[in-house]
Amino acid sequence: MNLLRRRQDLVCRQVVELVNDYLENVLPRAERKRFERHLAGCPHCATYLEQIRVTVATVGRLTPDDFSPEVSQEFTELYRAWRAEGPTPGDESG
Amino acid sequence: MESDAELLVALRNGDEQAFVVLVNRYQGSLLRVARTFVPSDAVAEEVVQDTWMGVVRGVDRFEGRSSFKTWLFRILVNRARTSGVREHRHLPIDPTEPAVSPDRFDRSGAWAEPVIPWESDVDDRLLAESWAPALRSAIDTLPGLQREVVLLRDLEGLPAENVCSVLDISEGNQRVLLHRGRSKLRAVLADELEARGSS
Repeated sequence: MNLLRRRQDLVCRQVVELVNDYLENVLPRAERKRFERHLAGCPHCATYLEQIRVTVATVGRLTPDDFSPEVSQEFTELYRAWRAEGPTPGDESG
Repeated sequence: MESDAELLVALRNGDEQAFVVLVNRYQGSLLRVARTFVPSDAVAEEVVQDTWMGVVRGVDRFEGRSSFKTWLFRILVNRARTSGVREHRHLPIDPTEPAVSPDRFDRSGAWAEPVIPWESDVDDRLLAESWAPALRSAIDTLPGLQREVVLLRDLEGLPAENVCSVLDISEGNQRVLLHRGRSKLRAVLADELEARGSS
């Protein structure tokens, strides 16, 4: 029994490939259990998982570059021109 | 701050200020995503301008089945794809590319050296000056679809299914691309922050 369980255990090299599916919540239940069992006993992989989480959050905090007033003016003028020309048929609807 | 939905109502009524607010809100994001499809900043700007024209002319037909943001990016991607898709976009996804360099593991598949913790240093304001530019340029060097998925998911915060619909890719591909992209960005942050920690 013990031997059987050990053979099913994940190694770190496999765990890092499953981290994203774990975060996306798409691992099948058995796979998720194996993943969490490994994590419970492996501080390095737990650190790795946390680092991926932090990476995602950090990317989300990058802000787009600032926008100049001249560009706003340009777009106001474009808007007036486009409106004046009226709608185009058969474009994307959503 | 007005919501996208409120601005859309105003836009339908011909409110040009609402349009400028929307442009301000999304111009940077659109340019960044457009740039992944086309060979130059100039072409990206044309594609984005074309996208806004599509918004102004199509706003009456927008049915609100998707979020404004998803609709906007879908227009962008459609325009971008007709004006010069990069060749590398057709490369198949390499299923063997590892998330972490194989030499970080020993023969049994366990970490050869402990993973150096840095995740709590990321919020350090001073450190941010060093890693933020590295992270931006790392995003810029991700291959086409990987970069698009990372930008739309992690920077723009679109849900997975919307990213699939915007880019016209399967859920499985979306996940693999996101996995690859996030793994690479973690490695870049690790390089930046481990170096700081040991100096």
